[in-house]
Amino acid sequence: MPDQITVTVNGSPVVVPSGATVAVAMVLAGQACRTSVSGEPRGPLCGMGICFECRVAIGGIPHCRSCQVLCEQGMQVTTEN
Amino acid sequence: MSNTAYDVVIVGAGIVGAACADELARRGLHVVVVDGDVVGSGATAAGMGHIVVMDDSDAQFALTRFSQQLWQELRPELSDDVEYEQCGTIWVAADEDEMNEVRRKRDYYGKRGVPTEVVDAEALQRLEPNLRPGMAGGLLVPEDGVLYPPCAARFLIERAQKRGAKLHLGISVARIGRGQVRLTNGAEISAEIIVNAAGAFAAELTPGLEIKKRKGHLVITDRYPGFVRHQLVELGYLKSAHSASGDSVAFNVQPRRTGQVLIGSSRQYGAEHKEVDHSMLVRMLQRAQEYMPGLARLSTVRTWTGFRAATPDKLPLIGPWVANAAENRTGEEVRGTTGDKSIFLATGHEGLGITTSLGTARILADQITGTNPEIPVEPYLPSRTAKEHVHA
Amino acid sequence: MSSEAQRHFDVLVIGGGPAGMAAAARAAECGVRVGIVDDNFRLGGQIWRGESDAARSDHERSNVSQNTEASRWTDRLRASGATALCGLRVVHQPDPGVLLAENLDGFCELTYDKLVLATGARERFLPFPGWTLPNLMGAGGLQAMVKCGLPIRGKRVVVAGTGPLLLAVASYLRQHGAEIPVICEQASWKSLAKFGLTLFSWPQKIIQGFQLKRDLAGVSFAANSWPLAAHGQKTLESVTISRAGKNQNIPCDYLACGFHLVPNIELPLLLGCAVDNGCVQVDDLQTTTVPSVFCAGEPTSVGGVELALIEGQVAGLAAAGHASGARKLFGKRQKARRFARLLDRTFRLRSELRSLSLPDTIVCRCEDVSYSRLRQHRSWRAAKLHTRCGMGPCQGRVCGPATQFLFNWNPDSVRPPVFPARVETLAAVTAQSQLQHSEVTGGRS
Repeated sequence: MPDQITVTVNGSPVVVPSGATVAVAMVLAGQACRTSVSGEPRGPLCGMGICFECRVAIGGIPHCRSCQVLCEQGMQVTTEN
Repeated sequence: MSNTAYDVVIVGAGIVGAACADELARRGLHVVVVDGDVVGSGATAAGMGHIVVMDDSDAQFALTRFSQQLWQELRPELSDDVEYEQCGTIWVAADEDEMNEVRRKRDYYGKRGVPTEVVDAEALQRLEPNLRPGMAGGLLVPEDGVLYPPCAARFLIERAQKRGAKLHLGISVARIGRGQVRLTNGAEISAEIIVNAAGAFAAELTPGLEIKKRKGHLVITDRYPGFVRHQLVELGYLKSAHSASGDSVAFNVQPRRTGQVLIGSSRQYGAEHKEVDHSMLVRMLQRAQEYMPGLARLSTVRTWTGFRAATPDKLPLIGPWVANAAENRTGEEVRGTTGDKSIFLATGHEGLGITTSLGTARILADQITGTNPEIPVEPYLPSRTAKEHVHA
Repeated sequence: MSSEAQRHFDVLVIGGGPAGMAAAARAAECGVRVGIVDDNFRLGGQIWRGESDAARSDHERSNVSQNTEASRWTDRLRASGATALCGLRVVHQPDPGVLLAENLDGFCELTYDKLVLATGARERFLPFPGWTLPNLMGAGGLQAMVKCGLPIRGKRVVVAGTGPLLLAVASYLRQHGAEIPVICEQASWKSLAKFGLTLFSWPQKIIQGFQLKRDLAGVSFAANSWPLAAHGQKTLESVTISRAGKNQNIPCDYLACGFHLVPNIELPLLLGCAVDNGCVQVDDLQTTTVPSVFCAGEPTSVGGVELALIEGQVAGLAAAGHASGARKLFGKRQKARRFARLLDRTFRLRSELRSLSLPDTIVCRCEDVSYSRLRQHRSWRAAKLHTRCGMGPCQGRVCGPATQFLFNWNPDSVRPPVFPARVETLAAVTAQSQLQHSEVTGGRS
């Protein structure tokens, strides 16, 4: 297994350590996972899949909790904005 | 709570009670509203919030059309959290038979000044790409809309309060009659007129009232903006609302301003508990997926239930309660209510309470103040049931 | 639509943390067919969350005792023959004896004779100005992220809130090279001192205590201290804390902030288990008020790993029909329960934490409902209906405990789905209901 994986976040490549979750990729990319109802940037809070702040679209499927999804080589991650 | 005499006590702070309070206060009456729970917590909280004209009967049309126009007039004043959207309804026809029904509706509405547009299969697909292909078409009713009912009820109550109406929440009503409302904490409120707007619980307060609870289920999804653009209703909805007994489901889907998709609808008689009924949920969601297969992968966030207040002839009860009807029907004298002229009813709205709340308030207030009503009130008078019995 | 997979177990365990692993291992060792379900991609729950390779290779020293415990039970579970179902989340009970569970791709139907609920706990979050900024996470939340590969070496992390988790997290982060300017514990020195003294009754805890002392040497620890506000443009840049009656602003990269733990009782409530003061009621054999349903670990009372392991074993043995084996653990459990009560007393939330919010501080993060809007309502139910607080995808898991503390509101009843679930999952006609339906209607559909 390679030490590092590359995923794309909103079209830009992000290198993450193998075994990292998509939430980690978002933090490394310096991007907010989502924008709240009133326009605030949001990122992971609970780290265990209950707060839903880390939601992103993975492979086109919206509302995935990124803290519970492992990065895979070539994964396409997009945020709703 | 003191024993101050009011002009009107309204039992029930749902959308109907709230609308009545607002209208009566506007006409200068001294009003108090009582509810055992919070504002808009009964059927109001389980309504889809669909402002719709219906043509089930001329009387139903008259009340819904009148009310829809009132909502349009009210719209500019509504607060943001009421989330009023004039998204329109599309009655969806699955086959040619249903397209005939579409044309019949178009003619009916056309004669009565309600703008509609028949859409063919192709146009339907363009308007609502997530409907499964193969539908025959539908009827677009552009003046229909949607809103968020609990906040609409709260808006109306607050407006009534600004005009001097009082509100007492959290204490249930034990008994009403002869100008007195007795609460479960022993307190009493006197008024010349008592309006029973207690919805599914109305019959508990006015024995002999022929109101049955009709349970419904709702499901709401996470945010998927643009997934559905209009309120979509299958033409079979009327068959479901029509049946006087038995459980039924119908495809009924709504876009919320938040981008969430609200999914209904179901009807059950005889279900008393408010727990979600898994078999009904399954039926309702499967019906919905038949019309919109894309719903399958959407994430749902909540399910909940509510009880509609259903009358035998599917029209609400708006006007003075006639106790004689109770005597004849139940076979036992309903003591103390004979000749009780203080009770008025504003209940029995089944699945149209949100829409017709405003129209109900107007014609109820007309009857209370002795004003000429804006639409004929005979079809909704509680005394109609007494007359029916006499002629039976 | 029929379910894509249907599995039956004699004993089904929900939750793959210490309590669940212990229950599953002991039950399987009795020879019955056992399944253990968890929504993470690996077992271990929160406290025994496995580290990714990257995180592990970064490790300079390991927290020996805990890892040994975790590996011991992992090996024991593997050897027991229990079936692990990871990445699966239970969302609904359509019929008695049947659970509907969902994963990323689909769903499955799980049937059981006995059920053990080991659903663990989650952190309690309290709102304060700026708490919604990215890079402000729970204490366990940040630790989970680091375990899942978030680089933390050289980063400044303020740790705040309450509970023993703060020390465990601070120690872990420090071992991975984080700089910890301060640990802010809202409990008083008096409570903590009592806690420290009482720890002498638990030798294991003393060892842990000394290890923590060593790991955290040089880290500033402040009692009677709590966060007042978080600051930053797009992400967290600094935190203002209250310390010894004074405000102090600390620049930082992350804030790890959690106020102890809240039991995950949603599934027990959905199944009809009686709950008292937020904890599932159980008898000596960890049986709930619902027949055939057991509960172990944090949902019965927040008491840490040791209690969870003992309760898990009792529940597992009892569920497998081995009550006599279960009874042997009663003595140990009684002792461990005292620690739970001590935790509760020591880390009670102080009233100052109720006044941290400003009127425009967001309390419900899913729907962005502010403190001032919520303040107008008299109950959780009214607030939900009129502001939509608690109606978002977190289903009140974050804002529920917060509003309970802030406004003394009581929570509502639980309805399906207990976690957001796809329409197709809720619409699944389970084999069980197909059977019942044909019995009732005589085959007519």
